[in-house]
Amino acid sequence: MIKEDTLKKVLYIDLSKKKFWAEERNDLFSQFIGGTGVAIKLLHENCDYDADPFSPNMPIVFAIGPLNGIFPIASKTVALFKSLHTGNLGESHAGGRSAIAIRMAGYGAIVIKGKSERPCYIAIHGDKVYFKDATILWGLKEGISVGAIIRKQEPGAGLRTIMRIGPAGEKMITYSSVTLETYRHFGRLGLGAVFGSKNLKGIIISGKRDLKVTDFKAYKELYLNLLKQLAESEKMKKYHELGTSANVMPLVFCKGIPIKNLTASELEEVENISGESLAEKHLGRRVACSHCPVACIHLATLRKPYEDEPYFYRTVYLSYDYELIYALGTMLGITSSEGVLSLIEVVEEMGVDAISMGVVLAWCTEAFEKGIINEKMTGGVIPQWGDVNTYSTLIKKIVFDEGEFYTDLRKGIDYVSSKYGGKEFALSYGKNVMPGYYSGYGAHIGYFFCARNSHLYNVGYAIDNEAMIKHFDEEQLAEKLLTEECWRQILSSLIICFFGRAIYTPEVVLNCLRLTGYELDEEKLYQIGKKIFAEKYRFKIKSGFDFEKLQLPQRIFELPSGIGPLNPDFAQKIINLLKEKIKSLL
Amino acid sequence: MPIFVKDAYKCVGCLICMFACGRAHLATGLESSCIMVRSQGGISRGFSVFVCRGCEDPPCARACPEDALVIRKGGGVLLKENICTGCGSCVKACILDAIGWSNTKNKPIICIQCGECAKNCPYKVLEHKKT
Repeated sequence: MIKEDTLKKVLYIDLSKKKFWAEERNDLFSQFIGGTGVAIKLLHENCDYDADPFSPNMPIVFAIGPLNGIFPIASKTVALFKSLHTGNLGESHAGGRSAIAIRMAGYGAIVIKGKSERPCYIAIHGDKVYFKDATILWGLKEGISVGAIIRKQEPGAGLRTIMRIGPAGEKMITYSSVTLETYRHFGRLGLGAVFGSKNLKGIIISGKRDLKVTDFKAYKELYLNLLKQLAESEKMKKYHELGTSANVMPLVFCKGIPIKNLTASELEEVENISGESLAEKHLGRRVACSHCPVACIHLATLRKPYEDEPYFYRTVYLSYDYELIYALGTMLGITSSEGVLSLIEVVEEMGVDAISMGVVLAWCTEAFEKGIINEKMTGGVIPQWGDVNTYSTLIKKIVFDEGEFYTDLRKGIDYVSSKYGGKEFALSYGKNVMPGYYSGYGAHIGYFFCARNSHLYNVGYAIDNEAMIKHFDEEQLAEKLLTEECWRQILSSLIICFFGRAIYTPEVVLNCLRLTGYELDEEKLYQIGKKIFAEKYRFKIKSGFDFEKLQLPQRIFELPSGIGPLNPDFAQKIINLLKEKIKSLL
Repeated sequence: MPIFVKDAYKCVGCLICMFACGRAHLATGLESSCIMVRSQGGISRGFSVFVCRGCEDPPCARACPEDALVIRKGGGVLLKENICTGCGSCVKACILDAIGWSNTKNKPIICIQCGECAKNCPYKVLEHKKT
């Protein structure tokens, strides 16, 4: 890395003692680049593997990489923590203004430990850090926006990031999220709950600085070339136009979108919640993360009348994408766009992960139908496919109701299905719930082995897509998943938004790295990727993760997926191969 | 008026114009940018872009006690860096917030009317009119 680069600075914040200090960690940033690579090393250094995820000493690590603030679409921040939801590695990524704000404040990573005596928020403005009282903000429900209050109090307008939690984070719901810039989230695995456990309501970060490159002329040339590709390339078209919700109809067509907790493979009138329908009826504006020309964030308008007051309406803007249409739409049998948007609004108000909540509600509906849970437990609420109002009530009850069943639901479906039954249809992989791709072996086994139990690192669904026209044996499938996962460790160490992955080929990445002072070759890059992946598994294992306890949900062998019925023996062969391959990396 | 905000409703808040402005000042990053993009009170309300209007009678030049800002032919001002003392009066005089500040040099960042911001804007929010 470039000698003068502030990326190597790690900001440590102790919430118990209200102290902060910075350390230069050239060692970490030169070996592991930045982002997820540096974050996993910092997590190892600062984490007591056996301690409860909510114990005060548990760290929250935020990290960015050398390309943030220098190249376009390098717009993401990674957060690592110990997740109460899975009991092991919690990893979540978010864009918004966060990555550029951290870079402009002059840091490569931020480590937050301790617990504040009272609710507080942290204000980081360049090299100054302030601990601000947030008792007034704690317990705020609908009506007043925490973001608006912090915005009014703090400087740095335009460039700052404002991260905050909602009621779900305060209540330490294991799938609560952290919201930033109103529409972006550290969504899955419960970072919101870790904030809540530290009495940390929010963080604002701002700064403004110039950065260095090794060769300005070459930099400018490469930058403009990348900007052009991001704007014009056919590979980026989907994100530019309809956004990821363009995937709804193609996945409906190939039976790859999960419907009603995988109890059905068809849903009447699903076209009402397609990307095309939402755009036509509701799309009000598109916005972008800092330093990204793509503007994939689609904001829908939802106009609702007041029932008790004639000619009184409110209009809200809500961000939607494919995963939300799946989790709060098809998964719940909802086919009205207003219905999906209404549930998105509740989920945003509560500060809870939309995918996890959708799958929890879907499990509840099926469990109710099967008599595993009953009206007595739900306090008279009867969940039914397609019933938007009841789902809206249920979400609020999960957050606020102190009854035993609702308190249990705050721990996720793995927990409730272990306690009450219904495990065979609890769509959870290593305790993290299923994303919206029901495409085949690649997807299911991908969720299973991804270091964060999601689809985001190995994109098994893309492999399934290829597998529709070409046969892969177990070895090829396992190898493809692992190779992609290792490469994405690099992308998320830089940190490039995965939507730009087709533009940021290894060759481009090496050129970008050269201009930021890293002399590497493709082989070395892959080695670093493998090393980062292995470090993550080391963390998981030390925190109690056990390969032998992993089990695929039984339901997926009952309903044919995108590539037809799945064979449990073939799936097991891939699993065995991957287990061995990962163990050999450790 | 070489650069103007053609349609702020189209602004997505990507800040690509600010980075372009930084590069036009031979820098990487945002400190050397003299464009300001901010939300209109939360992202749901959209964005405002503040860019030098290239005033014909620029208040920044009038405010400079050292006459370091010279009126540019065709609009805007030119900074005579060797005369500038870094007092910041020009920044205060520009109520558009279209003058940046370099902490490294302790000098203002003045729009050079190059049009790079407009050229780089992916959504044609800004327009550059050569005069």
